[in-house]
Amino acid sequence: MTALTSVLLPALLAAAAAAASPPSSLGGDAARGAAIYERCQACHSLERNRTGPRHCGLFGRPAGAVVGFRGYSAALRNSGIVWGAASLDRFLADPLGTVPGTRMGYAGVKDPQERTDLIAFLAAASACKD
Amino acid sequence: MTDTNLLLRRRSFFATAGRTTLSAGAVLLLAGCGRRQAAMAADPSADVNILNSALGAEQEAIAAYQVGAESGLLSKPALDLAVQFQGHHKEHAAVLAKTVGDLGGQPVEPLARYDFPTDQMKSEAGVLRFAAGLEKGAVSAYLGAVPLFAERALTKAAASILGDEAMHWAVLRQALGEDPVPVAFVS
Repeated sequence: MTALTSVLLPALLAAAAAAASPPSSLGGDAARGAAIYERCQACHSLERNRTGPRHCGLFGRPAGAVVGFRGYSAALRNSGIVWGAASLDRFLADPLGTVPGTRMGYAGVKDPQERTDLIAFLAAASACKD
Repeated sequence: MTDTNLLLRRRSFFATAGRTTLSAGAVLLLAGCGRRQAAMAADPSADVNILNSALGAEQEAIAAYQVGAESGLLSKPALDLAVQFQGHHKEHAAVLAKTVGDLGGQPVEPLARYDFPTDQMKSEAGVLRFAAGLEKGAVSAYLGAVPLFAERALTKAAASILGDEAMHWAVLRQALGEDPVPVAFVS
């Protein structure tokens, strides 16, 4: 391992872990995010797989990896996405543009502050009860 | 006031609200979703994905209303409402499934089992509140689908269904004693 690699690799791994973990402060309002999350509840819930997969345990999970959920598109399973604040922000802004072929037929949450609030809510609710 | 009394007071309101439904045939005519029109869609596979998402949610709503109707928790007016709204969702599902087929897609099948939060559905109000949440979510889901369709006629059909879901949401909120139309815009 070169000196450069030995310096860069731990830094890159730390950055990747930070991107996938629930940030301690997202700058969003989780309470406002809870209200925004009501828009999602035709298909999603935190604890239960429905038309869409459940959202608890989301941060740090690879896309398309909820155990027991069978409705994923190949596009999402093969996207290489690991859910974190940054990847959620991109996907929620434009699901079909970010992952063409996803079954989430939704235009997206276009307001950046609403996305920030929603992501703060998802981060706060990230732990699964089972 | 109990939830049941509240519902009985609003029986006439429900009866009136129930007369404003759209038939599946009307939606089909509205959408122009016959095979010839469907074949003209610019990107049928994307439209099929969106329609199948909506179909899956409609199938779940049908199952949810069935659970509510069989719960034994609903008074007669609330039960009538649940059955009527379930009927609307069946009409939506039938139209969506037919349109997916017309576009050359395979309509999704209902799940063998749905996992509903029955711990939150232990009273009439609990059942109605769960249904209201689904309906509100459906409004948002159709609102999020409307701008995406390649085939413009599907946009019109989805907006028609959106209007019906919004009526369901408002009536359920009214039944719960809440402001039936709390906002000027839905999101």
